[in-house]
Amino acid sequence: MNFGFTEEQEMLRAEVRKFLDSKSPIEEVRKIMETEPGYSAKLWDEMAHLGWLGLLVPEEFGGAGLAWVDLTVLLEETGRSLYPSPLLACTLAVIALCENGTPNQQRRWLPGLADGSRIFSVALQEAEDRLDPEGTQTTGRSEGGRFILRGEKHFVPFATAAQHFVVSFRNSEQPNDVSLAVIDGDADGVEVCDTPSIDTTKRFGVLTLSDVSVPAERVLGESSPAGWPAIARLLDHAAAMVTAEAIGAAEGGHALIVEYAKQRTQFGSLIGRYQGVKHPLAEMYVDIESIKSLLYYAAWCLDESPAEAPLYVSMAKAYASDAFTRIGIDGIELHGALGYTWEYDAQLYLKRSKWVKSAYGGSDHHYGRVADLGGL
Amino acid sequence: MDFNLTPEQEAFRDEVRRFLDENLPPEEERDAMFQLRWGKLVREKRWVGFSWPKEVGGGGGGIMEQAILKEEMANRRAPPLGTCIMGLAWVGPAIIQYGTQDQKDRFIEDILDAKYQWCTGYSEPDIGSDLASLQCKGLREGDYYVVNGQKIWTSLAQWAKWMILLVRTNPDAEKKHDGITCLLVEMDSPGITVAPIQNMSKQPFFAEVFFDDVKVPVENLLGREGQGWQITIGALANERSGISEITGLLRELDLLKELARNSRIDGRPAIEDARVRRRIAEFETRVAAMRFNGLRYLTKQIRGEPLGSETSVNKLHTAHLEKYTAEFALELQGSYGAIAPGRKHPIDHGRWQKEALGWCTAVIGGGTPNIQKNIIAERILGLPHD
Repeated sequence: MNFGFTEEQEMLRAEVRKFLDSKSPIEEVRKIMETEPGYSAKLWDEMAHLGWLGLLVPEEFGGAGLAWVDLTVLLEETGRSLYPSPLLACTLAVIALCENGTPNQQRRWLPGLADGSRIFSVALQEAEDRLDPEGTQTTGRSEGGRFILRGEKHFVPFATAAQHFVVSFRNSEQPNDVSLAVIDGDADGVEVCDTPSIDTTKRFGVLTLSDVSVPAERVLGESSPAGWPAIARLLDHAAAMVTAEAIGAAEGGHALIVEYAKQRTQFGSLIGRYQGVKHPLAEMYVDIESIKSLLYYAAWCLDESPAEAPLYVSMAKAYASDAFTRIGIDGIELHGALGYTWEYDAQLYLKRSKWVKSAYGGSDHHYGRVADLGGL
Repeated sequence: MDFNLTPEQEAFRDEVRRFLDENLPPEEERDAMFQLRWGKLVREKRWVGFSWPKEVGGGGGGIMEQAILKEEMANRRAPPLGTCIMGLAWVGPAIIQYGTQDQKDRFIEDILDAKYQWCTGYSEPDIGSDLASLQCKGLREGDYYVVNGQKIWTSLAQWAKWMILLVRTNPDAEKKHDGITCLLVEMDSPGITVAPIQNMSKQPFFAEVFFDDVKVPVENLLGREGQGWQITIGALANERSGISEITGLLRELDLLKELARNSRIDGRPAIEDARVRRRIAEFETRVAAMRFNGLRYLTKQIRGEPLGSETSVNKLHTAHLEKYTAEFALELQGSYGAIAPGRKHPIDHGRWQKEALGWCTAVIGGGTPNIQKNIIAERILGLPHD
């Protein structure tokens, strides 16, 4: 029994942190988040060279062939730095390809993801915002060995930056009869537009598919299409990634308040001495520790014990959604008016918490799932 | 990360399971004779004081094996391993770490055999959470410490034969923590008076203990004079590691689900109500978080890293669950929630009412939630002291 990180994983953490601290400190994040693609192509390339974009890509396709627990380390650190990039979208595409693609499809697309030359996004959600089979209403009409895709995908991460999209679509009225396909952003009938987000380090947009013609070799799994369970798994991976980043971001936001409480004097004393301040800070620590424990176990399950993964991913995402929301709000409140300013960083964490609670199911959705899976 | 057991650990787990198959009857068949037999059996296996060194009569078991043992026992609702409650929880570990050979010889075996109970003299009328300010005096006079003062909220005081006691031996110490000394006191010493206090359920659960010129021989000094605080901090941390609580909490959750299945809200099964489902899922998530926190702390211990104040995290989760699961159960019962516990209560003889009035020991003993938050804020986050 060993529920801790290895030395190699701790080294990875230290390297990522050092890289992000020096190359993407918060002043840099503020610059990047105001730019149009919403990420820095230069830093993206550097991360690719360091091997971090292909962490989960098998070695034969140019990746590091590592596991979800290693990814957790990377995401905690990108979260801590509020690092703006399509890393989650691309990693989700990697998982979609690894879990559902044929060897040919993997050979075709994974190397470009590992070396950072291609930006992918994954489009699973639609305007109704349902995370069940009915959530996929985009149709894929079969026509002479091709599929004609029609529909509208919403909340597509870094949509305007992506060159390729893994999209879900419906083959028939049968609820679970859904598939995944890779389409190019410049294909005929594809239109992308940006949706303004509260947290500008996290972009998403709308992907409109107007009779996009997709050859069968672009449908993941080709003759044995993915089906709903594959999409459900992807949604679990996505929720777990959001939670892993939430841990780092929550720790970053928490550290900011703790430091302030150690410096700010009121009524003749450091405010960190008052229990009205120190107790909420202790509660945040309890919550962050607990999210870590839940998410680390969920991350391990995603690779090693897939049957358990849905329950523990939902527990982690549910707990994180509520806890980080409180940390975001208290972070502003404990700073007083200063926390409310554009210039001060507390607002960045508050905005990040709004993204965390909304992305791939909030606490109501995930606690509901915990109830379903827990035999209620 | 790896959640598998080694072959040796698996073999040990199987041994424990076999033992339970052979020796543990169903709950309704466990009578007084069984309790006696059980006590002897687990003592012979050296499973009482399982992690204590073999030299003092313990089992010399590893941390992981101890976790396996406790979990298997809890899964089958086995009686506790040993019945000298405080002796096993912290008096024994303190004596093993700080005691003289003579003290180990005199006390450890009796604790393992549960010859008698120990009680704990920490809190005083004016000193609760701020334990380091305690006032009960111990003055060295020749071969004795003469103790004068009062302790309160002392659980088991009227039944215990010995007490682990904190006294102030040096009122002039620069730091108040350094003036505190730990003594082992026989409860029938002349000058000790015990006055039981009823708890809110009218049970004489704890007591006041008065000391009037009580003479404690110096051979009953634990550790050095002035070392009492250090010994206590170590002992209370011992109390907080608590991974074996999880199985009990999981069982509570099962009962809560059962209650929700049998309750109705506006004529419909409560279990179908989204709010009810969410509340139970929140409890379940918190218990899972505790379990995984516990496994992370266990990993730290296995790696030989000392456990610090992070164990306050689970203590706070326990407090939350103790208070609010019973409260939620009462809510599910509607107007029946207010009926006093007892045989006439129409729902489970009022077990949830009993719990709603009975969480005090788990939540307040060993440091209230506010104190746990202070510990986290000051010792882990480095915020200034109050």
